Amino acid sequence: MFEAFDATFLARIQFAFTVSFHIVFPAFSIGLASYLAVLEGLWLWRKKTVYLELFDFWKTIFALAFGMGVVSGIVMSYQFGTNWSVFSDKVGPIIGPLMGYEVLSAFFLEAGFLGIMLFGRNRVGPGLHFFATLMVAVGTLISATWILAANSWMQTPQGFAINEAGQFIPADWWAAIFNPSFPYRLVHMVIAAYLTTALVVGAVGGVHLLRRTAPLRAGTMFSMAMWMLTIVAPIQILAGDAHGLNTLEHQPVKVMAMEGHYQSHPEGAPLILFGLPNQEEQRVDYAVQIPKLSSLILKHSLDAPLAGLDTVPRELQPPVPVVFWSFRVMVGLGLAMLGLGLWSLYCRWRGSLYTSEWLHRAAIAMGPAGFAAVLAGWITTEVGRQPYTVYGHLLTADSVSPISAPAVGSSLVAFIIVYFLVFGAGTFYILRLMSRLPRDTTGDLGEGPIRSAGITPGPQTAMLHEGGRHGH
Amino acid sequence: MVIDLAFIWAAIIAFAVLAYVILDGFDLGIGILFPLFPQKRHRDVMMNSVAPIWDGNETWLVLGGGGLMAVFPLAYATILPALYAPIIAMLLGLIFRGVAFEYRWRTKRAEWLWNWAFAGGSAVAALAQGIALGALVQGIPVENRAYAGGWWDWLTPFSIVTGLAVLIGYALLGATWLVMKTTGDLREKARRLSYLAAIGMLVAMGVVSLWTPFLEQLYLQRWFSWPTAIFSIVVPLLVLGCFLLLATGLRNQQDGRPFIAALGLFVLGYAGIGISFYPYIVPASLTIRDAAAPDESLGFLLVGALVLVPLILAYTSYAYWVFRGKVDPEEGYH
Ligand code: HDD
Ligand code: HEM
Ligand code: HEM
Repeated sequence: MFEAFDATFLARIQFAFTVSFHIVFPAFSIGLASYLAVLEGLWLWRKKTVYLELFDFWKTIFALAFGMGVVSGIVMSYQFGTNWSVFSDKVGPIIGPLMGYEVLSAFFLEAGFLGIMLFGRNRVGPGLHFFATLMVAVGTLISATWILAANSWMQTPQGFAINEAGQFIPADWWAAIFNPSFPYRLVHMVIAAYLTTALVVGAVGGVHLLRRTAPLRAGTMFSMAMWMLTIVAPIQILAGDAHGLNTLEHQPVKVMAMEGHYQSHPEGAPLILFGLPNQEEQRVDYAVQIPKLSSLILKHSLDAPLAGLDTVPRELQPPVPVVFWSFRVMVGLGLAMLGLGLWSLYCRWRGSLYTSEWLHRAAIAMGPAGFAAVLAGWITTEVGRQPYTVYGHLLTADSVSPISAPAVGSSLVAFIIVYFLVFGAGTFYILRLMSRLPRDTTGDLGEGPIRSAGITPGPQTAMLHEGGRHGH
Repeated sequence: MVIDLAFIWAAIIAFAVLAYVILDGFDLGIGILFPLFPQKRHRDVMMNSVAPIWDGNETWLVLGGGGLMAVFPLAYATILPALYAPIIAMLLGLIFRGVAFEYRWRTKRAEWLWNWAFAGGSAVAALAQGIALGALVQGIPVENRAYAGGWWDWLTPFSIVTGLAVLIGYALLGATWLVMKTTGDLREKARRLSYLAAIGMLVAMGVVSLWTPFLEQLYLQRWFSWPTAIFSIVVPLLVLGCFLLLATGLRNQQDGRPFIAALGLFVLGYAGIGISFYPYIVPASLTIRDAAAPDESLGFLLVGALVLVPLILAYTSYAYWVFRGKVDPEEGYH
């Protein structure tokens, strides 16, 4: 049934599908691991039960998300060999060692200490337990560093030579790792993970503030999340802008696609806000544009010339509509995050952070926005570099395994079914855990409207461990 | 170059794969045995006996696979397409069993489903690994740096037998692990199963060992010509020694011993395969040197491996030590 498709196309769909599922979990678990470390650190330092309770609440959710990240990641590391064997043979000598370092320095660290973090509190004591939590958090960051070095090398390859077998071989490891786009991509992605987590935590806090079951914990997590958002959203926008300038320098064609610039603009290019990119006709239909703004943003001068896709042969152009739209989704969500952050700041200043129901509703609505922005960003990045896997050097079409369409097609169908089933169930369990925040154990704030009581933490009398964490 | 980096790396990858096989072997084994322990309280303890460490165990698989891409890219690029179907089956199996560790505690209504996912996923992963091993032993044709065989080449009577052998072997590791880690009627039952699995393993090892030399001229020479034939005599003797150790350990209630003996069996079987393969990495097609990445890649990663692998072994041992001793049925964070 798959003969009608071309194996390369199916392999691309399979990669895009599996990696898109995978990245959803790291985006959350990188941020959550750090959040857990902060919560446990605060608990050890300030000894307020609320931090320990929040830690236990999010720990269970983390365990689920992390588990899904692990199993979907293992698929990724084998898929290079099954579906992209030519790519692996040629590029293995460079990105292989980077991923090898990721395994040695990050995956083992995460996995080794995860067990202690989840199961070991009573066995190792608080200090060592905190250490384990820290190691898990550090592990996720190290992991992101190596994999992004590998990915950035494919975007902006440096420090390599090509041998007689056609393999990319390392000539200068420093240059290969610290390739031009790596610092930007690392910063942008790690911040993206923190934003994603902040939005999820904020949404859960918002739900429980509206429900008023556990105002102390819900308020604490909501406030922490909103601080994170307020501080980090603007930084992300600046980082994204810098990233874009870097891309303009090293992958100008990608920027042309993001901007929808089919034509060259010798005296100042407009910023196309919206429109329908028409790949056939090589123009943007119904474009709403602001003259010269694109040149101002990208070149810091109104009249700076910008080349367009008319300078690039058709077969070397990425699919513009996908890149154009995914970029706008990401930027739009980034601006919305900034808006939410500023709103929460205003409410904080007015003293209504814990009482403004509209703010809480907005935070709930924005809960999934981080995931959407991360996916949109990766789609911009990855589709924008087509038709290459190693930018400028190795075509996607020349990277694929000598496999037949039925083999890739059947495995693709199997992955789709299994992923929706398994990760669908996991998402359901996570959502259910999130919606079950037991009542605060501190008596005086336990119930009822909190408008007058506010969120001043009462005496931490009950050191009880919360009960129904079973989630049954 | 005085030191041959490719051979050092072959040893490290071989070590990683062995570490994977014995470590994930026992926790896959727990899954394989799950259907034989219908009681919920037994299952809870079985799962908790491996829950804190399974992720670390599985990471050796990532090192074995991912490491192969780094240091033997050509082997990675030819073995994986050749074993396409079993690899995909293994990955899917590992997904089901991996998520079961958490999902199982998150629902009462669908607990049966995740029990089944844990058992089925573990069994599928074990079978697929065994089949992949058998297919590799049979040899993989390579032309112009690419796999040159068909889509079903991996499926042969021999690979089915190795698939079953690995399944039984993992069950043995799992059963002896339970003897070591549990108490009461659970341990009693695991003890009985260990006997059965040990007999199954003895038969399987015998069949596979007798069959292998006739697959490839190379293996025949290795096994029956001097000086490598020494191994053909010594290894079977050591295997019998391990079985004795296992049986006496089970009989004399020395709960740690059967597990150690089962590990010994795996190490010996593995060494047997290693002796047959050498110096090939993709049997009969690519030698270790053919498939190796350039020295710049090998050297760069070796520096890290020499520092990090001992560190990994240290904190992994620490994690095992933290969870040492018999599992307390009341413990667990869920
Ligand atoms: C920016 C971060 C990031 C990106 C782009 C990727 N990953 Fe990932 N990966 C992680 C961040 C991460 C992590 C944070 O370290 C994980 C996420 C789930 C988890 O919770 O650990 C992880 C887990 C994880 C695992 C399991 C590790 C274990 O056994 O503990 C593997 C094998 C991979 N990943 C492989 C890949 C591959 C081959 C990718 C590229 C296509 C990839 N990841 C993209
Ligand atoms: C984790 C976030 C990532 C996402 C969401 C993502 C997304 C995608 C998408 C959508 C494609 C298909 C593009 C197309 O075919 O038009 C793709 C292709 C690909 N990506 Fe990524 N990617 C991610 C990270 C990575 C990383 C870290 C690497 C390597 C280290 C990588 C390597 C590749 C390769 C080899 C292909 C296949 C060739 C191709 O179709 O272009 N990706 N990715
Ligand atoms: C609003 C301002 C933003 C701008 C100007 C911006 C800019 C960019 C650009 C230019 C790229 C592509 C770089 C390349 O492929 O070379 C990119 C990628 C990406 N963006 Fe954004 N971004 C913004 C907001 C966000 C937000 C809010 C998130 C997530 C929470 C996000 C997540 C990502 C991710 C995950 C990638 C792919 C990885 C990478 O290339 O860094 N971005 N962004």
